Amino acid sequence: MEVADIVIKFVLIVIIFAISLVVAMYSTYAERKIAAFFQDRIGPNRAGPWGILQPLADGGKMFLKEEIIPTNASPFLFIAGPSLAILTACIGSAVIPWGQTITIGTHVVPLQVTDINVGILYIFGVVSLGVYGVMIGGWASNNKYSLLGAIRAASQNISYEISMGLSIIALLMVTGTLSLKEIAEQQHGWHWNVLYQPVGFILFIVCAFAETNRTPFDLPECETELVGGYHTEYSSMKLGFYLFAEYINMFISSAVMATLYWGGYNYPGMDWVLAHTGPTIAPLLGVAVMFTKVFLFIFFFMWVRWTIPRFRYDQLMDLGWKILIPLAIANIIATGIWITFIK
Amino acid sequence: MSTFYFIAFLSVFFSILVITAKNPVHSILYLILTFFTFTVHYILMNAQFLAVVNFIVYMGAILVLFLYTLMLINLNKESEPRKSNLVKIVGVIAGACFLAVIVAATKTLGTSQPVVLNNPGLGLVKNLGKILFNEYLLPFEISSVLLLSAMVGAVLLATKDTKTA
Repeated sequence: MEVADIVIKFVLIVIIFAISLVVAMYSTYAERKIAAFFQDRIGPNRAGPWGILQPLADGGKMFLKEEIIPTNASPFLFIAGPSLAILTACIGSAVIPWGQTITIGTHVVPLQVTDINVGILYIFGVVSLGVYGVMIGGWASNNKYSLLGAIRAASQNISYEISMGLSIIALLMVTGTLSLKEIAEQQHGWHWNVLYQPVGFILFIVCAFAETNRTPFDLPECETELVGGYHTEYSSMKLGFYLFAEYINMFISSAVMATLYWGGYNYPGMDWVLAHTGPTIAPLLGVAVMFTKVFLFIFFFMWVRWTIPRFRYDQLMDLGWKILIPLAIANIIATGIWITFIK
Repeated sequence: MSTFYFIAFLSVFFSILVITAKNPVHSILYLILTFFTFTVHYILMNAQFLAVVNFIVYMGAILVLFLYTLMLINLNKESEPRKSNLVKIVGVIAGACFLAVIVAATKTLGTSQPVVLNNPGLGLVKNLGKILFNEYLLPFEISSVLLLSAMVGAVLLATKDTKTA
């Protein structure tokens, strides 16, 4: 590998990391504005024009708050919990193809940090690791509410991972590859996977809500029953890490859904655009399309949060085990029949 | 090779910490790290699929359930059952026998010669799938039936007294 390639990869990693953080930061602002819109309020409007500097003010506040570690908490694990939560949230973006290869001068740069041939499984592994941050933090706090929140998070994630995995199996039967780059390439133009896997997509998005602990599945931090759930004892930037990790997870899962089911950077008429604008501008337009889809998904996450009330715990388990898993298995069988006899 | 020795050292180190840790939750956390080093071993052997499956299934699911259970039962030093000396002696003898068997088994393998795979891409998903569903189809299916029967057995044990309740 040449030096130039290493530099390009490094720059790409830094850009993607910065974008994830900025998107997560402004998701907090967007969430409050959207909540205000749904509830006929104004929302944050003091810091800067239209309250646009509110995330910076919140970040500054988080950094400057007093840091409290409870006396009976286990200090190392208490710090390790939020660190692990933010770490697992950030490493998921490594395998997502943000666009096609882009030609800058003589260099051809792929807009993906790395294309490993088990890309989907890597995402899946990172998602399943994410629950450790919540569990370790909840246990280390030495508080009953925190422990209950952590236990809820663990059982919820394990339950919904199964139906998520099964919905992906049906998708893999259609695509025939585990590499996210190849899956994105196959959906050229308007051949988006959601047209072939509508049920699979619905299963996946429901599981994505559960895995990111978003309403209506936010029982681990259900404030009416558990005070603050797993982060009851947390203050200052460690609390900030937990909240921030949730928004990064939301961004990454939106990007995964856009790539797997909604064509990623592909859009109808992309060949015409490529022929008329050249190999530098057209991929950038693809990236813009990708981010539009991601932002629409993030909006959908927030729309659901301010529309649907939280589930009860038994309803959550019933939905996961008695509805989603049988539906996912039926979807696999239907996909198999479709591939064998019709396709 | 030096990477292998470093990771192997970490595996052994964390495994020892698993059995010496006083707190059962810490013990599980060391076990998670041990399994993580196994994932790195698989990657070093270019077995990407096995690595990521080890990562998802063992680290992401089984050990989460271990941790879940241990957090719930809350083992304290007072409630921990004390083992009698006889049990301890028997344990040491059994462990020593096991060690002897393992040493003997690895010695007959002749591991001093490095094994060179004919096909370095053997562990990639495509090749692994083809081998599993052609050459080793019967063992593969039998092991899946074994897992299914274990699962049904577990459900049966858990719902033993539904008639009386």
